[in-house]
Amino acid sequence: MFAAAALALLVALILLVVRALKGPTVFDRLVAANSIGTEAILLLAVVGFLTGRPEFLDIGITYALLNLIGTLAVLKYFRFGDLSQSGGEEPEN
Amino acid sequence: MEMLIDIASWVLLMAGGIAMVISAVGINRMPDVYTRLHAASVADTLGAGLLISGMILQAGFSLVTAKLLIVLAILFFTGPVAGHALARAALVAGVRPHVTDPDEADDACGGDFFVEAVPHETVRDDVDAITPRPGLAPAGRGSKPTG
Repeated sequence: MFAAAALALLVALILLVVRALKGPTVFDRLVAANSIGTEAILLLAVVGFLTGRPEFLDIGITYALLNLIGTLAVLKYFRFGDLSQSGGEEPEN
Repeated sequence: MEMLIDIASWVLLMAGGIAMVISAVGINRMPDVYTRLHAASVADTLGAGLLISGMILQAGFSLVTAKLLIVLAILFFTGPVAGHALARAALVAGVRPHVTDPDEADDACGGDFFVEAVPHETVRDDVDAITPRPGLAPAGRGSKPTG
């Protein structure tokens, strides 16, 4: 059953990579990249169960924490042009 | 009893896998960033929840279950944060929502919302149509926030 779940996750990953390569704006690519991160965590957990080594879950936790930081860092870079600003205030709309 | 747990685990894992594929198909099929975010949230909540529930049933009461619950909690809290930041960044950068009737969208958004109708067929290739909102400095190296 874990093999079937892993297969479904791989199919979803391929579709997400298509969107990440195609997406017209950088935000489309980021949506896909964020989803790819989530699917990678779950694929890691499922493959850990598939091979009888659930220790992979520790790596999954690390990936889950890094995924958010990565997305926010890339968003901040494309908003302000560099990462050294405080970024606490949004411009007037 | 073990049989029942296996069957429940099967059902949960299959449902989770199907939710993941549906989310990925949605991300490919939806017309603009905001609707794609909507499709992506299915994977973060429903897909992850079902898959991890299925794995918890297989793991039993152990340290592995605790780790799975930690992963689930992290995904539940960081998914909406990333989605909100993405939508806000796209809106501030001037990505226009895909609407068929700009007047209707103006009414719905209170009038000060910068929207423009984009024909459905041209959205995917229409990179040039995405322009910064008026009055907002374009994001780039060296540009300072005006706040």
